[in-house]
Formats: sequence, C-alpha cells, structure tokens
Amino acid sequence: MRFDLQVIATWIEPGSRVLDLGCRTGSLLAHLTEQKSILGTGIEIDEEAAGQAIAKGLSVIHGDIYEEIEDYPDNAFDYVILSQALMQVLDPETLIREMLRVGRLGVVSFPNFTHYKNRLQMLFTGRAPMSKELPYEWYNTPNIRVIPIIDFRRFCRHLGVPIVKEVAISTHHHDELGKVITFLPNLFATFGIFMLGQGK
Amino acid sequence: MSEYIDQIETGESVGLVEKQFFTFGADAPLVLESGRTLGPVTLAYETCGTLNKDRTNAILVCHALTGDSHVAGFYDPEDPKPGWWDLMVGPGKPIDTDKYFVICSNVVGGCMGSTGPMSENPGTGRPYGASFPVVTIGDMVRAQRRLVDSFGIDTLLAVVGGSVGGMQVLEWSVRYPHRVHAAIPLATTTKHSAQAIAFNEVARQAIMADPKWNRGDYYESGRPEHGLAVARMVGHITYLSDESMRHKFDRRLQDRVELSFDFEADFQVESYLRYQGNKFVDRFDANSFLYLTKAADYFNLENQYGEGSLVAAFSRASCRYLVVSFTSDWLYPTYQSKTMVKAMKKNSLDVSFCEIEAPWGHDAFLLPNTRLSDLLSGFLNKVCLHCRIGGPA
Repeated sequence: MRFDLQVIATWIEPGSRVLDLGCRTGSLLAHLTEQKSILGTGIEIDEEAAGQAIAKGLSVIHGDIYEEIEDYPDNAFDYVILSQALMQVLDPETLIREMLRVGRLGVVSFPNFTHYKNRLQMLFTGRAPMSKELPYEWYNTPNIRVIPIIDFRRFCRHLGVPIVKEVAISTHHHDELGKVITFLPNLFATFGIFMLGQGK
Repeated sequence: MSEYIDQIETGESVGLVEKQFFTFGADAPLVLESGRTLGPVTLAYETCGTLNKDRTNAILVCHALTGDSHVAGFYDPEDPKPGWWDLMVGPGKPIDTDKYFVICSNVVGGCMGSTGPMSENPGTGRPYGASFPVVTIGDMVRAQRRLVDSFGIDTLLAVVGGSVGGMQVLEWSVRYPHRVHAAIPLATTTKHSAQAIAFNEVARQAIMADPKWNRGDYYESGRPEHGLAVARMVGHITYLSDESMRHKFDRRLQDRVELSFDFEADFQVESYLRYQGNKFVDRFDANSFLYLTKAADYFNLENQYGEGSLVAAFSRASCRYLVVSFTSDWLYPTYQSKTMVKAMKKNSLDVSFCEIEAPWGHDAFLLPNTRLSDLLSGFLNKVCLHCRIGGPA
C-alpha cells in the first residue's frame, strides 16, 4: 500500500465508520477492513476501479464524489478520507465542508507542490514542473490545482476548520516506503497529510 | 427479457434439473393486495445445489417479466439451450452451486406451471382467463415466501434478479427485511416511469385488439397469437438500444437486394422482430402477459411502504445491497438505480452500486459480462463471510 495511505491507516480508530472518497480499487478500505475492522464505504468515479473494489467485497458506490456525498446523513461516518484527489477537485471548499458534515473528522492528503525539486525545475528550466508526484504535462494533467502545504493550512484557517493532526512525508508516488519530514516540510516534503475537525 | 442466451462463459453446467411444483393455500387462500383471494396456488420452481445443514446458504433468483423457473442446466441431455441464467448459476460460476442452494420459482400470474390465468378456476372448472385476479409484485413475493418457508429456510442469503425480477428483489428486502441478508437488484426500478407504462399499455392494447382475445376467454376458441406477437415486438424494442440495433441490423435488407414496395419484411430488423414475436407465441400465454405487465406497472415501492417517500420505504430494510445498472438501458435508466441507492444511503444501509458500460440495452444483465460476474461473485463472497456460511452440508 502507498506510504501516504499507510500513514492515514495509523490514524483510523479500529471499528470506526470510514468513507473513502475516490477510493480507486479500494486498497486502503481493504486494509482498514482487515486490520481495523472498520465499516467502510468508498466512492469511485471510474467504472473499472469501482468494479474491482466491489469484486473485492468492499462496499463502493460508482459515481461522482460531489453528488454521492450529498446523500449521507450528518455524522454518518467517523472519518471521511480524500487521498490524493484534492488536486482534481473543482470546488474544494464545498467538498471539505461536505466531508466534515457527513464525517466527524476529515483526512486529506495531497502532493506538496512547493517541494524543492519543483522549485528548482521552475527556476532552472523555466518550465512547469513535472515530478513523480505530479507526472503530467500542462496539457494532459487531470490536476487542476497546485497545493503547497502552507497554503493548505491557510485555506483551513480561512474555512474555520481546525487541523487536528498534520504530517508531512517524503515518498515517491507509488512507493510503499517513505519518511516523515519535520524540518521545513513545505520545502522538503513530497506529500502533506492533514486531519481536519468539524470546527464551530 | 430476450430469448435464452447461447454462449456459456465459465464454470460448469449444473447438469440436469427438474421442474417441480409447490401447492399451498387450499384451505387458507392467498389474500391478494387487491383484496381478492386466490387458492389453491401452485408455484413451479427449480433448485440447484445443496441446502446446508443450517439452511443458511439459499439464494432466491427472481426471473424477469416473461422468464420462468428454468434458471440453469438442462431438462434433457438433448436440450439445445440451458436455463436463462446458465451464465451465472452453476458450479464455479458467480452464483456458485457448489456453495449455494439456488431456488428459482415461476411467479403467480405466469404461465410456466405456476397458477395464472390459463390455470383451471376450481370454482368453474374452466380456465380463469380474464376472471383471474390482478396480482402485484407483492403478491408474487408473498407466494415465493411460502415456497421458501416450505424448505424450512428462515433467512435467505441473497435474493437476486434483474428487471421485473429486480422489483421482486426490492420487494423482498423491504417486505421481509429480517429474512434477507443481501439483495441484488439488477437493471431495475422502484417504480415504472410513464414511458415504461406507456410501452406496456401499447403491448396490452395489441393483445386486446386482437379479435381472438375474446375478453380473455380464448382457451377453447384459439389464442390471440397476432396480438401477443405484436406485444412482444414492442417489448423487445425496449430491451435493446439504439446502438445495439444499429450494430445488429442497421438498415440492412432481409433476403433481398432492393425494396419490395409492399408490406413484406424488407429490413432485417423487421424480420427479426417478427421472428421474436412468433417464437414468443409458442411459449407464452397472452393473458399472462397482460397480468404480468400490469403487476410491473403497479409496482411502486415508495407508495407501498413509504407513503410516497422512498427514503421512508427503505427505512424498513436492513440487508446489504448491490445495485447494478447498465449505461444503455433506456427502459430502466441509471438515474432510477441512483434514486434507490440515494434512499438506501440516507438510511445508512450498506450499499454498493455500479453502472456497467454496456451497449446492449436493458438485456445486458442476461448477456456474458465479466464485470457483472465479478461483482456478483465478490459481493456474494463477502455476504458469505459476514454470515459465516460454509459450504453445503
């Protein structure tokens, strides 16, 4: 399992109710179900990925996360996870508010755009940076946003959403190994992972 | 539902099966939703696999509008075609008869051995005809429950079915929430759209406009074959899709190189529909078609159980659901499946949903489809694990 998902998994209390937005083929849900006996549901827009997740025996809804999240009652889940999908989200403010309506806690992970390698690429080549975390050209990327860790913190303040927990990590996109970055995370971390509370 | 499928995908055949009959209600007739009574009632059914010691591995398969209890295997080694869902039901298949005990019954109102309009009315000694009481999906399910009871089965591991069979699945899950662990409604709806009712009405009018229909009393005088064939043709169009018809027929001519300038079947699609219509006449009763389409039109889960609210209706349910729709199904389009999924979610029910990309229209659930097979087997495995079901005794 991806390193960022491993970190997220350590944050989840056993036996809790979890909603995984953009769950792909359900590797995190399967891990949490087996290791932590959670009651999990996923939402995935890709038919093939959703089909594979359901065929694994997971509960998954094939559909768009904005539409699908609306149907859940308030506080239906303990955790709502959005891992490596925020870059593709059209309206992050609405989605995060929805996550914290249906879940007690929200968990968000994303590639840190201001990682030093990206900065160096821009500085020396003058081109839009491409990395293992963001491996697309400007013309074919599904990512419509770039998210530096410090900007995400500002965004949470703007929303009035408390950051309950935060960790920055350095790992390659699909690597199972990685390390936690405590020194200048906005410069040295490849991913940021945040746990958000409901606020007032 | 289209005619039986030729291709067999994976797994083995269940082999020879036998049509059986279960009769109940001779002393206490079934009180129908209309208030009328019916009894005795016979259901034709088939089983495959073995019921385990605890009677916990039973799966009820519900057939679509004009299907029957012959779900898998063969009646006779010489049969050219197996049962209608042989793709899915058998040893090593998604509904694995090495693990599950499969029951499939023909519905009340049908004509494949279950009590229906062509059965003898015990009061008159003649076929019921149009004096047969109007039955509902709920009535069909209540009769199925009696059959399930007769096996001593308290809770079904799963109820599975597509189209009108899917309506029965939904009805089971809401009417008998404590008797169903899991429900798999495929290519179905909680209520017919005006469009679906409209097509059924055209089909019924075709039958009733046939002079041989004779107000349903035709069993001695000759059947309304032409009307029934036209009804089937209308239905058949709704089971396909624009794309599948274009792919299969386009505007190709049938056995000719130029237009005939008369009303012969010039086009392949005309010839195909005529063939399907005529073939249907050989195996189906026109009155049954009237009653079954009416039952499908009357089905309205939210009115029946939720005073107009689907969320309230599903608040009665407690099983796990796997809902599946198909992209090109214009009879029961995906939005109808999404509506039921939404109501299930609002009740915090455990639901999975997948819209499968398939160009073949409503009939897709009857055709070979790896995605559907994987979904069914994975979902059923999970249900089994959750219920701690072992194999047969």
